Amino acid sequence: MTELPQAILASSEGHLVSEAKAGNYSAFEELVNRYEKKIYRLGMNITGNREDAEDVLQDAFLKAFEHLPDFREDSRFYTWIVRIAVNEALMKLRKRRNSRELPMEDSEDDNGEVVVREFADWKPNPEQQYAQAELERILQQGVNSLPPGFRTVFYLRDVEGLSTEETAELLELSVGAVKARLFRARLRLREELSKIFKRG
Amino acid sequence: MNCNKAIKEISGYLDGDLDEALKHTLEAHLTYCNHCHAVYDSTRKTIDLYCDGKLFSLPEDVHTRLHEALKRKMQEHA
Repeated sequence: MTELPQAILASSEGHLVSEAKAGNYSAFEELVNRYEKKIYRLGMNITGNREDAEDVLQDAFLKAFEHLPDFREDSRFYTWIVRIAVNEALMKLRKRRNSRELPMEDSEDDNGEVVVREFADWKPNPEQQYAQAELERILQQGVNSLPPGFRTVFYLRDVEGLSTEETAELLELSVGAVKARLFRARLRLREELSKIFKRG
Repeated sequence: MNCNKAIKEISGYLDGDLDEALKHTLEAHLTYCNHCHAVYDSTRKTIDLYCDGKLFSLPEDVHTRLHEALKRKMQEHA
């Protein structure tokens, strides 16, 4: 990677955006350096696979570079790039043949109530009992068990830390729909992980 | 409060969304119901596991390809 000037590395996000808009490409590169890990994680969480996550990462930053002159700076650059990346990820999912929004039938009863089957306590510190790669595989499998719309809500609320209102706005859903999806997504993921992490 | 109702409220409880009366009723249920307490505890741990910044780390080759693509784009604009 090209060494960036010290002044750029120490700059605030707002200053980097102004510099990048003025044609300083090193400033844009520093914005990429700051957020590429998070945007890749977003792609992994929403699309559920490495190839799509890489596409989301590249397309989001290239689009941001292309449209930087249109960025009005009434929100943080980070919020803007998250929005672009979420849209890219959702587009990826829509293009997939199997991306239909399937109900989580096996975790709901005939009345649409969530069914909990795993009641056992977990072994302590599961994250310390598995190698990093194995833990990632388990967690990715869990995410992949969720329909895309639920996965996206879970990611934005619980991993990214967006508020219910922000998530609703970004996904064009009602606040109630976000809460309902989050509730189901959390329980479903817990159910999946419990099969592996339960005691005994 | 029965277990079905308790489980429905766990998500809101984790977000601090419940009113005081409902929160106390749920907390009382969780103190004596081991099943629901296990669901509450493992839901909280599930969220913690996914929040861990070490997960889904950016592979070096993906980072390299991103910066190469960016450089090409910047050259087009130069």
